[in-house]
Amino acid sequence: MSEITCKCGHVNPEGTELCLSCGRALTTDAEEKKTSDVMRYEGMARRSQTYNGSIIDKVWNFFSSVKVGVWLIVITLSASALGTIFPQVLFISPLEAPEVYYEERYGVAGEIYYILGFHDLYNSWWYLLLIAAIGTSIIIASLDRVIPLYKALKHQRVNRHASFMKRQRIYTEYPLYSSDTFSKIKDGLRNKRYRIREEDGNLLAEKGRFSRWGPYVNHTGLIIFLIGAMLRFVPGMYVDEVMWIREGETMAIPGTDQEYFLKSEGFTVETYDADEDKEVFGATIDRVGAIAKNFQTDAILLKREDGVAGDSSNLVEVEEHPIRVNQPFKFDNFALYQVDFRQGEFRSMSFNLVQKESGDSFGPFEIDLTQPEDEYQLDDDHRVELMGYYPDFSGFENGEPQSPSPVPNNPAFLFKLFSPEHPDGEVAFIAIQQNLEPLGENDYQLSFNGVETRDVSGLTVRKDLTLWILALGGAIFMIGVVQGAYWNHRRVWVKRTEEGGMLVSGHTNKNWFGLRKDLEAAFTNTGLEQPKDQHEQNLNKVSAGGAKEEENRDTTS
Amino acid sequence: MTQLASLSSTLLYVAFVLYLIATAFFAGSIKSKKHTNQTGKNRWATIAITITIIGFVSQLGYFITRWIASGHAPLSNLFEFITFFGMMLIAAFIIIYFIYRAHVLGVFALPIALLIIAYSSMFPRDISPLIPALQSDWLAIHVSTVAAGEAILAISFVAGLIYLLKDVDLAKKGKQTFWLEAVLFSLVIVVGFIAATTTSQITGYESEFSHINTEGNEDVAEYHLPALVIPHQGELVTENRFASPVEMPAIVNASRLNTVIWSIMVGTVLYLLTRLIFRRSISALLQPLVRKVNLNLMDEVGYRSVLIGFPVFTLGGLVFAMIWAQIAWTRFWGWDPKEVWALITWLFYAAFLHLRLSRGWEGNRSAWLAVIGFAIIMFNLVAVNLIIAGLHSYA
Ligand code: HEM
Repeated sequence: MSEITCKCGHVNPEGTELCLSCGRALTTDAEEKKTSDVMRYEGMARRSQTYNGSIIDKVWNFFSSVKVGVWLIVITLSASALGTIFPQVLFISPLEAPEVYYEERYGVAGEIYYILGFHDLYNSWWYLLLIAAIGTSIIIASLDRVIPLYKALKHQRVNRHASFMKRQRIYTEYPLYSSDTFSKIKDGLRNKRYRIREEDGNLLAEKGRFSRWGPYVNHTGLIIFLIGAMLRFVPGMYVDEVMWIREGETMAIPGTDQEYFLKSEGFTVETYDADEDKEVFGATIDRVGAIAKNFQTDAILLKREDGVAGDSSNLVEVEEHPIRVNQPFKFDNFALYQVDFRQGEFRSMSFNLVQKESGDSFGPFEIDLTQPEDEYQLDDDHRVELMGYYPDFSGFENGEPQSPSPVPNNPAFLFKLFSPEHPDGEVAFIAIQQNLEPLGENDYQLSFNGVETRDVSGLTVRKDLTLWILALGGAIFMIGVVQGAYWNHRRVWVKRTEEGGMLVSGHTNKNWFGLRKDLEAAFTNTGLEQPKDQHEQNLNKVSAGGAKEEENRDTTS
Repeated sequence: MTQLASLSSTLLYVAFVLYLIATAFFAGSIKSKKHTNQTGKNRWATIAITITIIGFVSQLGYFITRWIASGHAPLSNLFEFITFFGMMLIAAFIIIYFIYRAHVLGVFALPIALLIIAYSSMFPRDISPLIPALQSDWLAIHVSTVAAGEAILAISFVAGLIYLLKDVDLAKKGKQTFWLEAVLFSLVIVVGFIAATTTSQITGYESEFSHINTEGNEDVAEYHLPALVIPHQGELVTENRFASPVEMPAIVNASRLNTVIWSIMVGTVLYLLTRLIFRRSISALLQPLVRKVNLNLMDEVGYRSVLIGFPVFTLGGLVFAMIWAQIAWTRFWGWDPKEVWALITWLFYAAFLHLRLSRGWEGNRSAWLAVIGFAIIMFNLVAVNLIIAGLHSYA
């Protein structure tokens, strides 16, 4: 490694721009750069600015560039916006086929959207790659800077070379140095809570250095967050299941390996009532109609004590708990959410067996539509046998009744009716609004006697063991941003020259207004004018429309 | 309770008028001869900020009384949210004012807040009950923090606008001159919207169209302005009302599009009128107000407000949002359009900070970024709610 020896005798590592000891510019390049650019990392050697030989160097330099980082961010945000033009596939009903949905609704634009894969943009490989690139960039850019910065700030010298002082944005040369003025400035800065270091009549006052670590702290938080988000894909960390549970039903909670069961005691929907609830709501209720007030499943959590999976005989009640929107029911890393419901599902139907001629009626009997029995005995002589049950009857195919699902949306039954007249039974097919006697005219028929309905709750079962990592990342991020944004790193140098004069300069990483105010306070009692902000002066010189000094400043990547 | 609700409306109205008066005083303060246009005491400015603060207190009164009347934080529909955003803008302005004492900020910040509050009152103002998804303390926590963060970020737009009005050389025709005028033009469109909607509210214009919606079902669309475009297979059902023959496809909300067209038309007419009367662009018209502005100070105010606003926005728009989403919707993130646009806003301001800190984008460029940032915020506030409806689409 080639080292650079400064005029002051200090030996600096390769790549250093400002001497670590006295602050002289070490290269002509550094001399020509704007002060704010050199000062950003204290003129320290950074890996990315020093090596560019191997592939590793090139990758390192690529990702450590803020220019690249900003491009990655801008591309990601533009891509994210694309994903909101049409609804993402996860928001369209699962009953719709995406390949026709987009074209049907949005025409050619929709078709292109679908073909390009924008309908599932946030899960696309290239979107995830962008996020990964941002993550990599954050890590490398931070490492590239934080270590040199830490070293530079730790080894700061009090006395700097005059050229260093002159290059600062806030700088003034005073013809006379007096120890009285010096101590007044010192006290003034101390009152502003600067930490003071003094050496042979020279001064370094500094405050808020910790704010320089803000970006690195917040980037650490972001990385922790991203790691947390990746951990979701580790088996066992994340459960996302749906369960539909009927009133009165007990069922195993999916995702819990049959360890936990849930019993629904009932589902309730409430709406606001213009009379009962606050009067002021009346106008809205009149305008938009009924407004939902509450969706609630009253549930009992049960736990299987022992026995094999699927065996629900050894259930012990753990807790009774309502599940409402915004009030999930939490237990053992799991949470149950009220997300959906179906009202008025058929629960049971009841019938009477009627002798057509006499009108004599036997029964009634009730069929539980989720657990129908094989046979219903009505009295000593009359009984009904259930030969076939089609809960979601959709029609006949080759003479066979069809039921595409086990949900009792449209129950149909094939019965055999036994009576003293017909000890071998008569066959009847019964569905809603349908009464068939497939094997010829019967003497008996079933008459519909009533139906009971019940509600079904749609619950989401969630376990997410990554949450605490995400929360940790988020908290660290917040601490970091606040640290970097609400505090600034301000420094003031006072140097006694050999000619008996005094140089004062100041630097801050942001908020120059605040630094100027500090200096104003420190200089009020000295009788001297406060040090000047060169930038401010330059700016006042240029007339309106001419302040283009920020052109071509993109020197530090 | 109904009395309290009407007291609440009155307080909001009072606040509105006070902001209007305060704007005039701020304008007076920068015209005054003794004025250096920067810091320091100035009688006009002292009166102006006092009136602003009284107005703020009155608006706070609106907020609190409405809260009591409805039993929940009034942040649950577009009217309430946007009004609150306007109030936070005033609060952010007051804070920044006391740091920098730049009177010129008031001349621009207050009218923008006025515009926002007027805009909000174009939406239904009834006190509505909360649907189950909104029944959570997180509603108030999340929404108010987002509004505060966005309002502080909006101050950087105000500072940026002032910066550009002075910095851009209007004598030269160029991109900057054009876009600056475009930004101001879009503010006039908002005025157009308010004018058109208010007129229709006063005259009580209403017409209804039966039409076929996206699901292929019959539906009714309500219009409050004469229909320049009609819904898919729309049929006018109200008598004696205007209906153009221009029919929209089913995916377009024709009634809303109609309002947009009216706003642009009225706004354009207003814009052309000012140009005819004053024979100057609006930028040129406003330029005398900023002649004495210290560009460096405006640049700092802009950066500072982003620095203060960014963490607040992150907290409200991402952290609190995720916490609530986890409780209400079972997952902390779900790529809902509103969530995505909050992410976009956040990424944008992150890019702003990086460009500024590491690439030295100060002054003019930073001011333009602040303008774009505000455009993104407004897009999320207005367009995403009205056009891209997701879980967040309030009433
Ligand atoms: C979404 C992603 C990111 C966020 C939210 C973020 C956030 C921040 C914030 C808030 C700051 C402080 C800025 C200021 O105080 O003005 C900062 C600084 C910085 N960021 Fe990022 N950042 C992100 C991504 C990146 C990436 C991809 C890079 C890669 C090049 C990067 C490199 C830096 C650097 C070099 C600094 C300056 C550090 C210093 O000068 O002390 N950041 N970041």
